[in-house]
Amino acid sequence: MLRKLFDIFSSLKLTVVLLSLSCVLVFLGTMAQDPLGLYLVQQRFFQSLFVDYVSMSAAVKKTLQMLHIYVTPTTAADVMAAPYVPVFPGGYLLGWALLVNLVTAHFRYFKATKKKIGIALIHSGVVLLLLGQFATDLLQVESHMRLTEGETKFFSESSRQSELAIVDTTQPDRDQVVAVPVSRLSGTFQHETLPFAVEVKAVFQNATPEFVTTADDPAAASQGVGPRLKFRQEPPVTRLDSRDVPAALLELRDGEKSLGTWWVSNWLTEEPLRRLILQQSGPAVREVFARPQSFSHASRTFELALRPIRFYEPHSLTLLEFRHDKYKGTEIPKNFSSRVRVQRPDTGEDREVLIYMNNPLRYAGKTYYQSGYDDKDPRVTILQVVRNPGWLTPYLACVIVSVGLCLQFGMHLLEFARKRQTS
Amino acid sequence: MKMLKRLVPWLLLVLFVAELLAIMFPRQQVGFHYRDFGRLPVLLNGRVQPFDSVARNALLQIRGTASVPLGDKKWFEFWKHPPKLRSTEWLLEVMLKPEIADTRPTFLIHHPDLLGELKLHDKGIEKSGLRYYSFNEIQAVVGEIGEQGRRAGRVDAQLRTSFQKEALKLAQAVFLYHRLKNSLRPEDSADFAAEIAAYQSVIKPGLEAAQARAAGQPHDEQALAALLRPFKRYDALSQQAYPLIVPPLHPETHPDEWANVGTALMDALHHGEIPTAMLFFARLANAYREGNAGAFNQALNEYEQWLAPRFEREVRKGRAEFFFNHVQFFLRATITYIFAFLLAAGALLTVTVTTGLAETLRRSAFYLVAFAFLVHTAGLIFRMALEARPPVTNLYSSAVFIGWGAVGLGLILERVYRIGLGLAAAAVIGFVTLIIAHNLALGGDTMEMMRAVLDTNFWLATHVVVITLGYTANFAAGFLAIAFVLLGVFSKLLRLPVREAEAAVAGKAPAAVERAMIGQALQKMVYAIICFATLFSFAGTVLGGIWADQSWGRFWGWDPKENGALIIVLWNAAILHARWGGIIRERGLMNMAIFGNVVTAFSWFGVNMLGIGLHSYGFMDAAFKWLLIFFVSQFILMALCSLPLRFWASYRGGDTSPGPRNGTARNPRPLAA
Repeated sequence: MLRKLFDIFSSLKLTVVLLSLSCVLVFLGTMAQDPLGLYLVQQRFFQSLFVDYVSMSAAVKKTLQMLHIYVTPTTAADVMAAPYVPVFPGGYLLGWALLVNLVTAHFRYFKATKKKIGIALIHSGVVLLLLGQFATDLLQVESHMRLTEGETKFFSESSRQSELAIVDTTQPDRDQVVAVPVSRLSGTFQHETLPFAVEVKAVFQNATPEFVTTADDPAAASQGVGPRLKFRQEPPVTRLDSRDVPAALLELRDGEKSLGTWWVSNWLTEEPLRRLILQQSGPAVREVFARPQSFSHASRTFELALRPIRFYEPHSLTLLEFRHDKYKGTEIPKNFSSRVRVQRPDTGEDREVLIYMNNPLRYAGKTYYQSGYDDKDPRVTILQVVRNPGWLTPYLACVIVSVGLCLQFGMHLLEFARKRQTS
Repeated sequence: MKMLKRLVPWLLLVLFVAELLAIMFPRQQVGFHYRDFGRLPVLLNGRVQPFDSVARNALLQIRGTASVPLGDKKWFEFWKHPPKLRSTEWLLEVMLKPEIADTRPTFLIHHPDLLGELKLHDKGIEKSGLRYYSFNEIQAVVGEIGEQGRRAGRVDAQLRTSFQKEALKLAQAVFLYHRLKNSLRPEDSADFAAEIAAYQSVIKPGLEAAQARAAGQPHDEQALAALLRPFKRYDALSQQAYPLIVPPLHPETHPDEWANVGTALMDALHHGEIPTAMLFFARLANAYREGNAGAFNQALNEYEQWLAPRFEREVRKGRAEFFFNHVQFFLRATITYIFAFLLAAGALLTVTVTTGLAETLRRSAFYLVAFAFLVHTAGLIFRMALEARPPVTNLYSSAVFIGWGAVGLGLILERVYRIGLGLAAAAVIGFVTLIIAHNLALGGDTMEMMRAVLDTNFWLATHVVVITLGYTANFAAGFLAIAFVLLGVFSKLLRLPVREAEAAVAGKAPAAVERAMIGQALQKMVYAIICFATLFSFAGTVLGGIWADQSWGRFWGWDPKENGALIIVLWNAAILHARWGGIIRERGLMNMAIFGNVVTAFSWFGVNMLGIGLHSYGFMDAAFKWLLIFFVSQFILMALCSLPLRFWASYRGGDTSPGPRNGTARNPRPLAA
């Protein structure tokens, strides 16, 4: 029985089946990106054991659509609402199966001869690559850092996830923060350091702001920007170049007593989003907009904000100069570069670095990339910040596999040439 | 007779070489020295290029051709050479004699609904099924065209209908044409030299008056007004003029500060005088309008002499690129590949009938492919030198490079198995990829500057070149597999022993007859090439990941282009394992290799058509139709390959095994062996 199982797992037939299925999976995962968006596709196709039925149908429908057969496309919302019915092996299942297949096959066939060294190298490189990518999937954390010239930051911010931050600003020299990720916001909760409880009345994964025009608007909040601005729920976005902007309606209570209701949203905290609102608003909205949403209770002062999740560092980056040149007479970017100063108070380290395209800064386990700019403000740079402990594995794997492939096929070729000569 | 057989291949080669030489060393210019004008350097799209490139790319965008034919001929009358306007001649007309240029059949409009909307059905001239219109013919509807274009422009690029795309393209063409008209002088200027001289004379008094007014002192109203009028005129002109034709005033400090006509004339106020180059251009304009070739050539000559010491590098670049445009290396190679393919196919078909003829044909094909390969290589190297870049910088150059690599591979195979197969595959791929490249060039400048993230010769030279070689090898394997199917089903050639065939085409007696047959030889070739495809695809894909890690901070992002590359690697690995496991034999290998064509074409082209991802640098619809046709043709070939052997001409009757008993899956357990 075991013997039979071993034979199946180590067979070359299985290899071919798995490789072919992988081709199909990657193809479908590519097609599904248009309707579902990259993030959801990664989750459902590549970082899962099985692909679910609805995600699969999104990919198939997109394929049909490209062939000019019109069907109603499946949306990201459909996928998230639908029950999970597994229909096709996902990336993790295929990846692990290939690994098992590869390792068992080596036990079955491998003999340490000179001829097989190429194959052994290729396969060990592939194993390294697969494991490295699996580790990356689990361990990689991506965030970004937005800096205006002259600005210093000790933290980077998540590009996808937001948090509710309740900041106690009573003491002038230090803030005390209670933060809850948006994904965990629900019901009523109270943190031991806070003199009030928070009731979450509504959470929108994606929201758009609207002006409050009537005095008795039921969607308006009583505090902060509430009397002027409210938020409406939007379906989640799927395009690669856009993102969800969450909002939440909160009511704070001290015992039975309500302290009022607040709207919080990234629309109110992120500079480019704030600018969009300000462009369209009149003086009344500008006025409530000018300061953070703060209030006093129990002789302490608090600020409420929904903002990207922050990752704090022991070192800071200061943007000294940002350059963004274009080719003469065109809109084609010629280069971006950020001259930054890296400072680390605890070690006294202090130096200047130039970060530009294809030349990131690797520092303290993180890598800082020149990633973008603000098209409205020429003094702003956006750095992508990545923590990936496995970043070296592909480099190693590439070298190992390439050497292996060259050895293997080189030997084939020599043998062939020899045969042609002698015959 | 024997002599003749040996001579024919050489004669053919001489013919093609002579044609190339004739183009490289053209006759003396008579009348207007258009070629000299075409060589003059200007700045456009962020790079220095000759007027000729401006003209050529604009004409390709507007008309889809690199010249404007003036006479008429039937498509088969290749011996006729009706007069035509070459790109530079056309540009000069547009810039300087717009009233004549407006009568030329310049605008290509072929969407029936658009023609109906614009009521143009009964106008224009038809050539090979396409309708061309002069500006005069569409002038009445220019407003309508602009409106349609604006409406289409508001729609998201991926959601545009074919009508909207055509409307937008036409609107852009009309706009470009309008800009070109105002690129050397204002379109309505009657005597440009006089206009400039008048402008020069009002600059000084006008500026003095302006300064006086700014200081609150009495000033000459008239002098100010006299300056204000041309200033407004040139301000408007600076918005319209297209290439930056006036070289920088301080090339040593600001080498990029080229200006267009309008800007240069406005800047004259800062410097107090009109740039010297402008004075030359004004002379050129007047001489051209008067039809005075002598004066035109004289002014041109003086301008060249003025430029030479100041802008040595730019002048050299202009001349080199003009030469490159003029010789059209890739077009020459394309034509030669067609002939070579016909000859190679002829050699294959006649090998069993008359061996002497077959060898003559094969040798001719070999010389021609080798010659075309040299021309192709020269073009590639020339392009690299012009751009100072590795060979592949965009989709256009990837097509050129894939063709080049496949032809090189085909030539090597032909040296190993001298039966014409390598030549046929090489010629077909070379021809097809260059046609694809030609069509991609219709989008505009193919040597555009690289955006910041791509601006790295190291990664362009490693990742891009290696991955493109991977595409090349896959296509080469796929086309050899197609040859296998076609030869196998429709001829008996697969059963012909290789040595016999080689000996036959060489016209000698089969001395050492090898048992291996052509079918087996093909199988070996396909297998070997897939091995290399695996190597290049894998290395290229991982290098791409490393580049992405360097520039975006992630090794792998499941971007469509990355996925496409990954599918190729997986498919190659699947083929190799299937063969090693004895799961597929000869025809299975061929079928998988043909499907490799589909996979590779999807990765190379298809993913660019999804309109998503970081790599979608070119969105093409017409190409998509062709891609589908290609896919369907590959599936038909695979069906053909799956026919039972009794339907194969090569295996009909007698022995139905596709090779010697021990030949097919000789190595069923490579790891155990």
